[in-house]
Amino acid sequence: MFGDYSLGDLGAIFAMQGFAGLILFSVYLLMALGLAIIFGQMGVINMAHGEFMILGAYVTWLTSVFFSEHLPSLFGIYFFVAMALAFCASGALGMLIEWTLIRRLYKRPLDTLLATWGLSLILQQTYRSVFGPREVGVTLPDWMMGSLPVTDVIEVQINGLFVMGLTVLITTAVFIMIFRSRFGQQVRAVVQNRQMAGAVGIDTEKVDRLTFGLGCGIAGVAGSAFTMIGSTGPTAGQLYIVDTFLIVVFGGAASLFGTIASAFSISQAQSTLEFFLSGSMAKVITLLTVVGILMLRPQGLFTLKVRR
Amino acid sequence: MSRDDKTGFHSPLRRKLLMGMAAAPFAGMMPKTAFAQTPATATVNTTGLAVTDTEVTVGILHSATGTMAISETGSIQAEKLAIAQINEMGGVLGRKIKFIQEDGASDWPTFAEKAKKLLVQDKVAAIMGCWTSASRKAVLPVIEQYNGMLYYPTFYEGLEQSKNVIYTGQEATQQILESINWVVKEKGAKTFYFIGSDYIWPRTSNKIARKHIENFLKGTKVVGEEYFPLGHTQFNSVINKLKLTKPDVIFTDVVGGSNVAFYKQLKAAGINLEKQTLITISVTEDEIDGIGGENIAGAYSCMKYFQSLDNPNNKEFVAAFKKMWGEKTVIGDVTQAAYLGPWLWKLTVEKAGSFDVDKIAAASADIEFTKAPEGYVKIHPNHHLWSKTRIGLAQKDGQFKVVYESPQLIEPNPFPKGYQ
Repeated sequence: MFGDYSLGDLGAIFAMQGFAGLILFSVYLLMALGLAIIFGQMGVINMAHGEFMILGAYVTWLTSVFFSEHLPSLFGIYFFVAMALAFCASGALGMLIEWTLIRRLYKRPLDTLLATWGLSLILQQTYRSVFGPREVGVTLPDWMMGSLPVTDVIEVQINGLFVMGLTVLITTAVFIMIFRSRFGQQVRAVVQNRQMAGAVGIDTEKVDRLTFGLGCGIAGVAGSAFTMIGSTGPTAGQLYIVDTFLIVVFGGAASLFGTIASAFSISQAQSTLEFFLSGSMAKVITLLTVVGILMLRPQGLFTLKVRR
Repeated sequence: MSRDDKTGFHSPLRRKLLMGMAAAPFAGMMPKTAFAQTPATATVNTTGLAVTDTEVTVGILHSATGTMAISETGSIQAEKLAIAQINEMGGVLGRKIKFIQEDGASDWPTFAEKAKKLLVQDKVAAIMGCWTSASRKAVLPVIEQYNGMLYYPTFYEGLEQSKNVIYTGQEATQQILESINWVVKEKGAKTFYFIGSDYIWPRTSNKIARKHIENFLKGTKVVGEEYFPLGHTQFNSVINKLKLTKPDVIFTDVVGGSNVAFYKQLKAAGINLEKQTLITISVTEDEIDGIGGENIAGAYSCMKYFQSLDNPNNKEFVAAFKKMWGEKTVIGDVTQAAYLGPWLWKLTVEKAGSFDVDKIAAASADIEFTKAPEGYVKIHPNHHLWSKTRIGLAQKDGQFKVVYESPQLIEPNPFPKGYQ
């Protein structure tokens, strides 16, 4: 298929394809980070993860409507305000859900699957009743659309760069919080041994609530960012949930490094295969490979040694 | 088997039927005006449908919840509007239409179950419903078994025909062939790249498009064909392939949330639709709401109806629709086709002089509806509609500017020869 193209063309295509892979990697990592915290650190199978993302997307939409009607001069920067609000809204809802529902189920992790699945249906119907069943269109500020021409052929998408930057920022923040802060120490202590952590004076209930809220908040930011590349509708969260779980499970549930490695390998495989094969075949081969590797290594790519 | 088999010979209903039949010979001798307004229930309903002296019941069966609610809401609204308008004009054979709405919940077995409930328990005279091909395929055996009447609004892949179904949307050849001929003639297109969602409708549609390009048009070819799973949200790789192959025309039938992702990423990747010709058969005004007009402006869509159509019927329809459902609602192709359902049913019932399904099925051929928003339509003996095909250019405000309209009504051809 490359016979008709000059070397320059091919080089440009490989560069753009590499960039496409990196964008996909950022998107995957951003989706999976919130879940990696909730599923990986707390063992809660949160099927409503996608709905927390969509809450972020709806908050972004509301913010864009508010800015275009009341503060049109600041429309160019509304997206940053929207992301902060999305984090707060999803995080607050997450803490509320943890307090009313999840904390009663810590001893029954499989039941969290059913409970959060039910929660996802409730949230979907709530969005439908409140915002209507149709998709809403989020208008982006002009500077976020389009692409920067690097050469004649190679163009770099601005929203791709934005997502990449955001992912780097959030991942770094999460790592500092988990591995360098007092709060992160407490989270890790609770993960490793709940009773012992309680015995040394850590308020495990509070840690649980904040961790769950943090995971949901990050999901909200991801949903907010994805209004640039995807759709915003009551059921749009369902589009992300399978890929998200795939990445977290493949990486090894309790390991944040694993999540990064798995997002990278799956996105690169997917984007390369998509270029040479058709979209559906690429998905099939990626999934088959992941299933094969998980059969040989059920614990995922990376594991932590944890005493439970 | 029809459901009146379950009614025993001595049942009251049976007696009523016999009485009706006994009265029949005299009916001819009576002055015609006596029956013209409200004919007796026994004569217009011989199979035990839910018809009284003042009311007739129909069913509305769409997804009000689940993934498909995005698309099917417009159809529900249009059908309710049509029913309200018909009732304002005095109803059907002097009877007001009452509707029972059931929710298919975007789940195909649920559609079949609810269709059965509507036919067996509620005894509805007709069902306006279904949207996806999958839901129609699930409902079809039920409709045929219990001898119901379904008015199906969506443009679809063809390869189907039933006595019990009236297809008020276009079948694939009506929608596709005209658009490909147009783009070859107007834009001098030589190469096509197909991108679709991975299920029956895009695959069948693209097959028809490919056969037409390869067999019937000289010097044109398909340089790529790609399918993505439903709900796919990452299109950067295929966009790179588009940049590499530089096709004259991108021909797309991507549906649902993928649609939004596809056009946003196309725009972000610097593909300018003012310069790159793109024809879609899956984007109506409804979808643009989610995609955003600024992301798709410049693309061509091939449909039989656009909200911006300039004719008196349509102006009236758009005004009535907005009055009932709000100023901000938009009307897409399928919404208009759903609006035709109740009207075509009313006209057919009046021609047949009966609510009986068999009589309606037989009387459907050549029913004409002159007040259709899309213009004049007529039911073909194969139960699809004769209709015009139009090409609209997407505008930033989310509407289409009609740039082409087929000169004649196009004959529906659900089993096209040479395209399979």
